[in-house]
Amino acid sequence: MDSAVLQVEDMPDRELQDHGLQDHRLRDHRRQDRSPKDAAVAAPVPAAPQAAAPPARVRVATRYRGHVIAFLLGAGSLLAFLVLWHLLTTYRVSFYVRFINVPSPEQVLERAVRALSSQRFYDHVLLSCRRIFIGFALATAIAVPLGLLMGRFRRLREIVFPLVEVFRPIPAIAWVPMAIMLWPSNEESIVFITFLGAFFPILLNTLHGMRMVDGVLVRAAQCLGATEAAIFREVYFPATLPHVFTGLAVGMGVAWVSLIAAEMISGQFGIGYFTWEAYSLVQYPDIALGMITIGILGLGSSALIRGIGHLAIPWGRS
Amino acid sequence: MAQTPKQKPGRIDVTDFAFSYEAADGPVEAAKDVSIVVNPGEFVSIIGPSGCGKSTLLNAVAGFIKPTAGTVTVDGAAVERPGADRGMVFQQYSLFPWKTVRQNVEFGLKMKGVDAHNRQRNARTLLGLAGLLPFENYYPERLSGGMKQRVGIVRALATGPKVLLLDEPFGALDAQTRVIMQQILTNMWQRLKISVLFVTHDIDEAIFLSDRVYCMTARPGTVKAEIVIPLERPRHQSMMMSSEFLALRRGLVSLIREESLKAMGGELNDIALQGLGIEMHGESLADAL
Repeated sequence: MDSAVLQVEDMPDRELQDHGLQDHRLRDHRRQDRSPKDAAVAAPVPAAPQAAAPPARVRVATRYRGHVIAFLLGAGSLLAFLVLWHLLTTYRVSFYVRFINVPSPEQVLERAVRALSSQRFYDHVLLSCRRIFIGFALATAIAVPLGLLMGRFRRLREIVFPLVEVFRPIPAIAWVPMAIMLWPSNEESIVFITFLGAFFPILLNTLHGMRMVDGVLVRAAQCLGATEAAIFREVYFPATLPHVFTGLAVGMGVAWVSLIAAEMISGQFGIGYFTWEAYSLVQYPDIALGMITIGILGLGSSALIRGIGHLAIPWGRS
Repeated sequence: MAQTPKQKPGRIDVTDFAFSYEAADGPVEAAKDVSIVVNPGEFVSIIGPSGCGKSTLLNAVAGFIKPTAGTVTVDGAAVERPGADRGMVFQQYSLFPWKTVRQNVEFGLKMKGVDAHNRQRNARTLLGLAGLLPFENYYPERLSGGMKQRVGIVRALATGPKVLLLDEPFGALDAQTRVIMQQILTNMWQRLKISVLFVTHDIDEAIFLSDRVYCMTARPGTVKAEIVIPLERPRHQSMMMSSEFLALRRGLVSLIREESLKAMGGELNDIALQGLGIEMHGESLADAL
């Protein structure tokens, strides 16, 4: 941030008349003029393009208008979906696809209000989150170092990779019976399945990241006196980090898919079990409530991964 | 930087160097019988057509490859592996994207075990010298090509190497930026009095920067000629118009052209050349000088 301020100070003041605009200008500028040119080291931002551009006030308004339109369109499409859902269920439309038993949004809302005031619903949600957290954390803790080492040491890769290729295509759901046999309790088998779902995307993306490391950076580090360990820590690891986070984001999605499947089949608690139980007990509004909850939880956990990735990778943001 | 002018380190000796490697269609002899010397504090360029093994030679001095035959020594010690005593600047901007400009410059010092405070002080001094201090906290992606390469040079110099190796460092820059970069490099070289081995295919660049120029032949690369550049220092851009400079240039151009034609695989005769719009002067280096 402070470096950007430095640039702004070098710019002509004529467009920064009122103080309120300065902040917008800063952001605007950071987006547009990323590469100060050599020819003007002292004043890295050429003034000419700005003189020709419309006044800052207009540009800011244009930018905000873009955001407002995007927001309105998004909100509009969600609203349209709700209206469509409402109409299809209220009039019990049936044209091959049957909406006869599908709960209406009002019913789901009513159930949601009731569920949110009951401890039982939170227990389901918290237990699912706990399973995700443990399974995903274990997968990350094993897959990331393994991927880094496999990327670095050819022999290790040659030993492990065939196993990965054999096990990877097996969907986590197919593991359910085996997991129940393997682990002493249901809880452990569900966490295991969640772990498997997250494990392969994380491993493969980490490995891919290692392969993409630019050789010239390794040579540059060698020329600067870096040891093998230092090159691993200072070059391979950070170079791979963006791919690791891609793997984490994909892995998180697959972990939820696997978790819900496992909970539906073998669980006793959890949001997947909640959704399946609602079907068994003919609590149709709860099916939709469970689905929406899963969607929100999935969205939230991806956002969390992205947020952490954003903090962990401060470079490459242009 | 703390260079010691008394004992004058930084002598590079390459003796009877040869390098060949196995390609898909058989062995390739990249260079043979190459002998060059860089004296302490001297600026030496290697010039030649593409594929003449000039980068191979530089990589051998850097320690990335082992010679098939011959020896490569720096201050009498055989080069075994890459090390901080030989700073290197690559044609591709090889800055670490995840490190800020200053962290990039500090990297070599960090590897040496210099503490954070001294690292920062040294890095800032050098960045100031190169006019890069305002950008110390930038990530490389926000810099222009010329600035990136300046950081690359500063980073290579930060550990106080005995020699600086540059592999077509300005090849990817536009003409104006390149001229500025040449001036900056000359300035830094004169202050630090470090030996420089500079690989380029740009004749003007080689003459403008160097004390001596080795001209290499097409593959397998050997030294075809060694040309002393007697232009006085400090050198200015205006010198590039002087008759002395132009005479040197003419000589080198004809040397290189011969080799470039060979490198292109053609026994092109004069008639064919005229057809291509290329004139053959038949002018030898001796005539030009």
